Amino acid sequence: MTMTFSPEQDELRSSVRRFLEQKSKSTDVRRLMETEEGYDPAVWSQMAEQLGLQGLALPEEHGGSGYGFLEQIVVLEEMGRALLCAPYFSSIVLAATALLQSGDEAAQKDLLPGIADGSTIATLAWVENADSWDASGITTTATRSGDGYTLDGRKTLVLDGHIANLLLVVAQTDNGPSLFAVDAEASGLTRRALETLDLTRKLAAVELNATPARLIGDEGAAGRILDKTLQIAIVALSAEQVGAAQRCLDMSVDYAKLRVQFGRPIGSFQAIKHKCADMLLEVESAKSAAYYAAWAIADDTDEVPVVASLAKAYCSDAFASAATETIQIHGGIGFTWEHDAHLYYRRAKSTEQFLGSPAEHRDVLAGLLLSGQGS
Amino acid sequence: MTSADLTTPDAVRTAVRAFLDESFDRDIPLRTWLERLADSGWGTPQWPSQWFGKGLSTPLAAVAFDEFRKAKAPGPPAGLGRMLAAPTIIAHGSDEVKKRYVRSILIGDEAWCQLFSEPGAGSDLASLQTRAELDGDEYVVNGQKVWTSGARGADLGMLLARTDVDVPKHRGITYFAFEMDQPGVEVRPLKQITGDAMFAEVFFTDARVPAANIIGELNGGWGVAMTTLMNERVGLGAGSALGFPMSAPAGRRVKQQLEQSVGEFIDSERGGAVAAASAGAMVGRGIDQLVDLATKSGRGDDVNVRQQIARLYTLTKLNTWNGLRAKEASKSGGGLSPAASLGKLMVSHVTRQWRETAMTIAAGDAMLAGADGPMDGGVARQALFAPAPSIYGGSDQVQRNIIGERVLGLPKDPDVSRDVPFRDLRVGTQNKPAS
Repeated sequence: MTMTFSPEQDELRSSVRRFLEQKSKSTDVRRLMETEEGYDPAVWSQMAEQLGLQGLALPEEHGGSGYGFLEQIVVLEEMGRALLCAPYFSSIVLAATALLQSGDEAAQKDLLPGIADGSTIATLAWVENADSWDASGITTTATRSGDGYTLDGRKTLVLDGHIANLLLVVAQTDNGPSLFAVDAEASGLTRRALETLDLTRKLAAVELNATPARLIGDEGAAGRILDKTLQIAIVALSAEQVGAAQRCLDMSVDYAKLRVQFGRPIGSFQAIKHKCADMLLEVESAKSAAYYAAWAIADDTDEVPVVASLAKAYCSDAFASAATETIQIHGGIGFTWEHDAHLYYRRAKSTEQFLGSPAEHRDVLAGLLLSGQGS
Repeated sequence: MTSADLTTPDAVRTAVRAFLDESFDRDIPLRTWLERLADSGWGTPQWPSQWFGKGLSTPLAAVAFDEFRKAKAPGPPAGLGRMLAAPTIIAHGSDEVKKRYVRSILIGDEAWCQLFSEPGAGSDLASLQTRAELDGDEYVVNGQKVWTSGARGADLGMLLARTDVDVPKHRGITYFAFEMDQPGVEVRPLKQITGDAMFAEVFFTDARVPAANIIGELNGGWGVAMTTLMNERVGLGAGSALGFPMSAPAGRRVKQQLEQSVGEFIDSERGGAVAAASAGAMVGRGIDQLVDLATKSGRGDDVNVRQQIARLYTLTKLNTWNGLRAKEASKSGGGLSPAASLGKLMVSHVTRQWRETAMTIAAGDAMLAGADGPMDGGVARQALFAPAPSIYGGSDQVQRNIIGERVLGLPKDPDVSRDVPFRDLRVGTQNKPAS
């Protein structure tokens, strides 16, 4: 296992960064976060057509480019850095991964090409209680109806659920939690955008009333699909957090060099300098965590459950700490709406909880170590 | 095979195997083996090929060490001579000085200690007061050093002494190779909070050092000392994992140990103890031991215990991974950069976290030490040792300054003493330096 990126991966990073510096400037982020949709369809199309970002790591037979998880991580890190307002995490990381993990080739053939070219925005709707991120405790029911099923229940914290054309919904069958595809136009489906802490990432509540749905994979398979999907998603989220945390560090260091008090740049004071040094150690360590976990996923090693939870817990903490210190280092200006610090702070405190808090993931990690699965 | 051919892992592997086939023998004296390592360059393959190395990049050197580990071959002494003195001398010493000292370090003839810190010069090392005054072709040394590890067994010291008090503090320091065994030197063990005496105080009263023993230039010792400190940070951080499976002893006082056969040394307790002493190995084993302790004590379900175990595992792994990334990033293989301070800082975190995890698991038993304490007193020992890494080798605060200024490029803290002639400075807890 290697811990560095190839020149091609570095080049991908540069081109994504250049694109986002043009298309996801602070002014763009602020414009989009005020809209209900929360993204720019023109930029979304350009991402697909010019850079092929949606299909980057999807299989070639389903319209993707067939790159691996490491390329995916590079892209996500840059999106986190830019606080890109787009349904990428929902459509590509959550929904497409769940489809791939389902092993349902017919569904993949039908649904992945649209996701890969950006014409379909998909999401995964599984959460019903704010304190449970797995398939346990799901009460939404699936009832057989002719060739298909109908779903009844309610979902919350559905990422981009208000704009998705395709919702992958987890519901109970006689054989346990199962995955279903629901078209956004389906009858009995109501969606409501929720007011969110993180303005750059939208969430929705979804209600299903006898809503027709298509089974994806086998009945009872959603527990396994969800476990695998979330292991990948937490590492993807860690990479986003790493990119955003690095941006916080950059902003803080730049400001500490610029801002003069008592006749000297505040970065010359150890009180500020040491905060920046600690941030760098945490950001670098967060990169190590996210990259190592990404390599484990790319190589599909036994370490994945351990290192994925390790990465989610550490990167969440590191980002939250970086975002908090960024406000502190900027002082009063850091507390204004006008400064971008709060956008990162909102993302940090929101993603800290999303897909399981640091404490929850440390508990998962400890459980694995205590049952002899460490290394 | 010349170093120029050693450009791929396979080539290095083949070359080391050939060297082992030809030169490694359990029946030869340990000293002979060390001579073969030194003269072939395989003992320190990351060093320049003209000075007892092979000029290998860090990743390729790691391949070589991997082969030596498989062969269970002991390496050159791991002490301060090899870690600090030799790289410093190679970087700054004249060819004569290099010839005089480096090989003797690698073959275990001479052990070194570091005579840097003083009661009045800790983080502000440049304010050191120990004087060296010219008398004929020798310098006369007076003053005191402190926190000197291994002073008792050392034959030589890396001595920083003030040779000019009329210039600002950084410009009047000279770096000497100092003979420890002489009448003007007194070594007093310094008992630490652990109860052990890992360090000593060293007093100089009209001790003498030849002018020929200067490393670098007269009054140019500060720059030379920076090389030593940089190597120290790497050694105390994640970089220490690289090396032979065990290291030979060094110094005139342990001469007889070098006469034993390689086989005897490997099988001896000392070989085992030295092998186990590497910091990386300790931290790695610590996790397993603590998971075991938690399981046996039935506290594996405790919420706090689980959080602490996960935190320790996380920091331990991150320390390793940070080290891997840093090594791969420095493809040239030098590996000495201000970023080493990140590793040094991380080790402080890991050590503290080990203490918190162990004591949380041990609960009330954490109040017990020695044979009555958990892990045969290991929890208590580690708890007492934990404050040390964030102080020695440059405190956490010094490392943060280095990271802030040299990695992040933040402006320096104005140093009011920087341009003042040393004789006019206030130093440590004293009003005036000795003049």
